[in-house]
Amino acid sequence: MARIGVFVCWCGSNIAGTVDVEKVREEAAKIPGVVSALDYKYMCSDPGQNSLRNIIKEKNLTGIVLAACSPHMHENTFRKAAAKEGLNPYFVEIANIREQVSWVHEDKERATAKAVDLMKMMVEKVKRDRPIEDVRVPLNKKALVIGGGIAGIQAALDIANGGVEVILVEKEPSIGGRMIQLDETFPTLDCSSCIMTPKMVEANQHPNIKLYTYSEVEDISGYIGNFKVKIKKKARSVVEKDCTGCGECWNACPMHKNVKSEFNVNLSERTAIYVPFPQAVPLVPVLDRSVCLHFKKGGKCQKCYDACGPKCINFDLQDEIIEETVGAIVASTGYDLMDTSMYGEYGYGKYKDVISGLQFERLLSASGPTEGVIKRPSDGKTPQTIVFVQCVGSRDPEKGVPYCSKVCCMYTAKHAKLFAHKVHGSQSYVFYIDIRSTSKGYEEFVRSTMEQDGAIYLRGRVSKIYEDEGKLIVKGADTLSGNQVEIAADMVVLATGVIPKKGSDKLAQMLGISYDKYGFFTESHPKLRPAESSTAGIFLAGMAQGPRDIPESVVSGSAAASKILGLFSKNEYEVEGTIAGVNEATCVACFYCQRVCAYNAISRKEIKDRSGKLVKVVANVNPGLCTGCGACVNACFSKSIDVKGFMDDQIYAEIKALAV
Amino acid sequence: MKLAYYPGCSLKGTSFEYEVSLLKILETLNIEVKEIPDWNCCGASAAHSINHNLSVALPARNLAIAENGGYESVLAPCAACSNRLKSADYELKTDDILKKKITDSLEMPYKSEMSINNMLEFLIGVVGKDKIKSKVKKPLSGLKVASYYGCLLVRPPKIMKFDDPENPVTMDELVVLTGAEPVDYSFKTECCGAINSLSKPDVVMALTGNILYDIKKHGADLVVVACPLCHSNLDVRQREIERKYDEKLGLPVLFITELLGLSFGINPKDLAIDGHMVAADRVLKKIEGLPNQQ
Repeated sequence: MARIGVFVCWCGSNIAGTVDVEKVREEAAKIPGVVSALDYKYMCSDPGQNSLRNIIKEKNLTGIVLAACSPHMHENTFRKAAAKEGLNPYFVEIANIREQVSWVHEDKERATAKAVDLMKMMVEKVKRDRPIEDVRVPLNKKALVIGGGIAGIQAALDIANGGVEVILVEKEPSIGGRMIQLDETFPTLDCSSCIMTPKMVEANQHPNIKLYTYSEVEDISGYIGNFKVKIKKKARSVVEKDCTGCGECWNACPMHKNVKSEFNVNLSERTAIYVPFPQAVPLVPVLDRSVCLHFKKGGKCQKCYDACGPKCINFDLQDEIIEETVGAIVASTGYDLMDTSMYGEYGYGKYKDVISGLQFERLLSASGPTEGVIKRPSDGKTPQTIVFVQCVGSRDPEKGVPYCSKVCCMYTAKHAKLFAHKVHGSQSYVFYIDIRSTSKGYEEFVRSTMEQDGAIYLRGRVSKIYEDEGKLIVKGADTLSGNQVEIAADMVVLATGVIPKKGSDKLAQMLGISYDKYGFFTESHPKLRPAESSTAGIFLAGMAQGPRDIPESVVSGSAAASKILGLFSKNEYEVEGTIAGVNEATCVACFYCQRVCAYNAISRKEIKDRSGKLVKVVANVNPGLCTGCGACVNACFSKSIDVKGFMDDQIYAEIKALAV
Repeated sequence: MKLAYYPGCSLKGTSFEYEVSLLKILETLNIEVKEIPDWNCCGASAAHSINHNLSVALPARNLAIAENGGYESVLAPCAACSNRLKSADYELKTDDILKKKITDSLEMPYKSEMSINNMLEFLIGVVGKDKIKSKVKKPLSGLKVASYYGCLLVRPPKIMKFDDPENPVTMDELVVLTGAEPVDYSFKTECCGAINSLSKPDVVMALTGNILYDIKKHGADLVVVACPLCHSNLDVRQREIERKYDEKLGLPVLFITELLGLSFGINPKDLAIDGHMVAADRVLKKIEGLPNQQ
């Protein structure tokens, strides 16, 4: 015989202001099976919880209903309190009379009637609750980090320093990501490579980090604690362990023209066998087979092989597939810059001296194509006037994307500042919509670019850029003075918007994590779970989540790492018991459930008799992957699948309670 | 394929040269177009700034007559006309409620199944480059020609779906077919001032002046257009612009159909080239073997 306790919470005036809580309590007391009904000002407070525990003991309750706030808030609180008195925590049900009643209704009488109905439904449900045990999943204490930019490196280092093995996979020949391409960083003007290279070296040398560069994740299956990962190590054509990084091979390579350097954003050329930049980690070249004469002309050229002292060049090396099992994953795949071809009026690609912000970084950088001397691409002359155009693609729903790319205001201020420092007597103009400089020291930095370095800031958009007598004429609006302006510039730098790394949507599909309409990975909760993806065991870091600057990327890398270290501090991972279960006796193996499952949680299970003969095939739920969403329940024709805690008889009883 | 021809008001009035030359080259190309019977104003300039329904209903009536007459394609040589016809068609395609309202008041059904072409789309897409090339008898070699597109052919890109809105090249491709040399310059789609020519001539002279002087600077002998209003601003206002800025231009402004006609070996008189304000004779003398204009 059920012995139910009903507890009606006032939530101060939050509930009691609109719902007659005493009436709800009185109605509860009338329901058969309810042996105790109580209303209290704050059920979640210590005295509230204590009275709940006392009544469980005194009345020997078999189930509890709380008419209170959303289960998202305090379901756990009350489940724990009940568990302390020896009650299975899944015998606690919540009737949400705050978010679903008092906050959304005004008429007290009708609100009270609705609150009573919700409470009655939960009483009928709790009567039919069965004990549910949480599922425990064993953990492989090894982590995979995808993407070796600053966020991924930070995550890998923090996890490794916590004593956990890490596999760091990077698509490019070297780790370092975008940050290593930058010149100096705002607002302190630290040299980016000077603060980045120690991290790269540390990641490479760390005993707990296994580094796979020039490699891509090919396939991922499994679930939290037990992900099976296939990594494709692309053929480098160089035996890594023998290579000393001496450089004889790339000096000997005859292909030193026509291949644009990706690292220098097409501002210089590279050889077919190359390291992207001098501080590359690992300092082992990659042979680009798509341009190498050996591969294009039937093996004739082998100048690099001849030049190599340790003979570590091997044209026959093949792609390798490496399989690893990990317990947790960090997705930190970073970003690309938008293609600005839809801004034909700005002439990017048409005029050599209209360049992107990232290209300007390379012109500023000592390791760049001009060794840090600002020279314009067309004729190598040092520009005296540069126009910077902000929000090219960002904040433009018509042609680009509606969001703000966040870093452009700051890097443009930095560009204008460094230009003033490097070319004395020069003049820069910045076209902007708004200036967004909200972190520590940022606003002061922009101010000093204007006031000390003399950059002229014009609030307005640029309408057209064209060439006239060797100058780039920039036409735009200065909305503060209400005038149209025309500036004759030597060079134009476009602050192009930030978009997710190409292919990150495919990776998200492989990982089974959600992403927004732009392709940025979505957090499990935008405020309270910013490091977690929607899938257990997969964490997010860096620009792959959305535009952010270096400090924020570092923080997010560390956050993902600390989540993983926290997860790995236990030997098993506990999954809520409210997951799907299959009635194997009635399952007809149609596998409609498998088709609708968004989490790949359903597999085929063979039932065999003692002699090993196959009896039947049934659906099987993987507790590590199932989220208890219930899609399979709806799809099942033979009613063989149910989510624990939400069984058919419980749902029908709830509906009946409403009808009475 | 049955091809409908929607002339609009300009081709019957101020830009008669456009119609004359157009019909002449189509004759040479052996292509038959039929003028839409009982056509009416496309609503350009006025209707869409005053009454939205009217701005759709006016072009829709012309389209409906053509479609119900069994035509599969409409040629609207005037850039404003083609812009209005395409815009109305787009709205009727995307707004069922509006479509019902308009077809009810027209008392005609309209299925939105015809292709609507501006002059350049028609020449490249319907006629085809090969056919045009086969008719070129007098290649205009040595002639430098700037193509000016203006705004209405390419904007708004979502609706016009024609060429690159910032750097269109279709007309330049036609210029290449005539044997002339296309001139690249910066103001291909800059505003000419349009209908402000009547209310604010100073603005038009400044804007059109920018375009013409830029063309001149890039070494063109003449300008081709595919829009009557562009033509009128660039041609009719040119003398005034020269006076205002005290710098000679002397740039004849021809319709693309006239240039094609010349390369087909048609007598300039039959193309109504003598109908422009800036005389083209001096430039045409550059072309060898062109029939004497006198």
